[in-house]
Amino acid sequence: MQKSSRLAIYALTELASDPDRQVSVAEIGEKYRVSAHHLAKVMHTLGRAGLVRSIRGVGGGYSFTGNAKRTTLLDIISLFEDTSSDCKMADSTAATPAEWALFDVSCEIDDIAKATFGAITISTMLKQTERRANRR
Amino acid sequence: MRDPDPIPSSKITIRRVKEVDLDFVAELDERVTGHAKLDYWQDIFERYATRRVDQRFFLIAESDDVAPEFPVLGYIVGEIRGWEFGSEPCGWIFAFSVEPGTRQLGIGEQLFESMSDEFKASGIKTMRTMVARQNQLHMAFFRSEGMVAGPYIQLEKELDD
Repeated sequence: MQKSSRLAIYALTELASDPDRQVSVAEIGEKYRVSAHHLAKVMHTLGRAGLVRSIRGVGGGYSFTGNAKRTTLLDIISLFEDTSSDCKMADSTAATPAEWALFDVSCEIDDIAKATFGAITISTMLKQTERRANRR
Repeated sequence: MRDPDPIPSSKITIRRVKEVDLDFVAELDERVTGHAKLDYWQDIFERYATRRVDQRFFLIAESDDVAPEFPVLGYIVGEIRGWEFGSEPCGWIFAFSVEPGTRQLGIGEQLFESMSDEFKASGIKTMRTMVARQNQLHMAFFRSEGMVAGPYIQLEKELDD
């Protein structure tokens, strides 16, 4: 998973935990130890996707506007990475049986990863985050 | 679009299946899967509602207030199995469904929790199920209930003619 996807999931989990609250990029960046510059780009993409809303001015920031029960991790990752393509070998014309065999193994893993990301919603992430916090 | 609020648990009854429920269970299954299989459900009833019922649980959800046209709003079937694949006894869920028009109301969650309670009351600490990878609806539901990938991986092989 790319860094932008990870940041987007962290930011959305943070914002969705209290949709009425407005949180600044600096605040999220500090919590997850990332630059505000990188995070601002991520938030811009999330805004275009309708998952967050930006409120300007004093006390402004971002708030969650998506549907936490319907938005999956795969939906979020797809905003930053190409997840649409089926498992395809880049240049299959000269591929050896060993290359095909390793390719098949990679596809198996990709399929499981995709199914897992597609089944976990932001709402589920919030519950999982809470369980993790309680285990500390 | 905002999702509907869950129905208060007081308005839903979760209970063991009775023979009179069987046609409604089979009809719900047929509406969801497109396959009519009353024989299968009669066999499941015979095995899971009449024998070894201390370890086998066939539960249904019903309500007088929600969609009265559907006497059975959902079902869940599970049993305690031990020592298969080297596993200590655990609870398995192998059938689960909720009437499509009444989803997102918390009926599935109440069925799931009732099954968890049955397993816990029998001293079971782990609950398992198996879901088709493409079945995002069930995958998302079980995930939302806290289920995660377990220590086993299902393997299979196409057999040659």
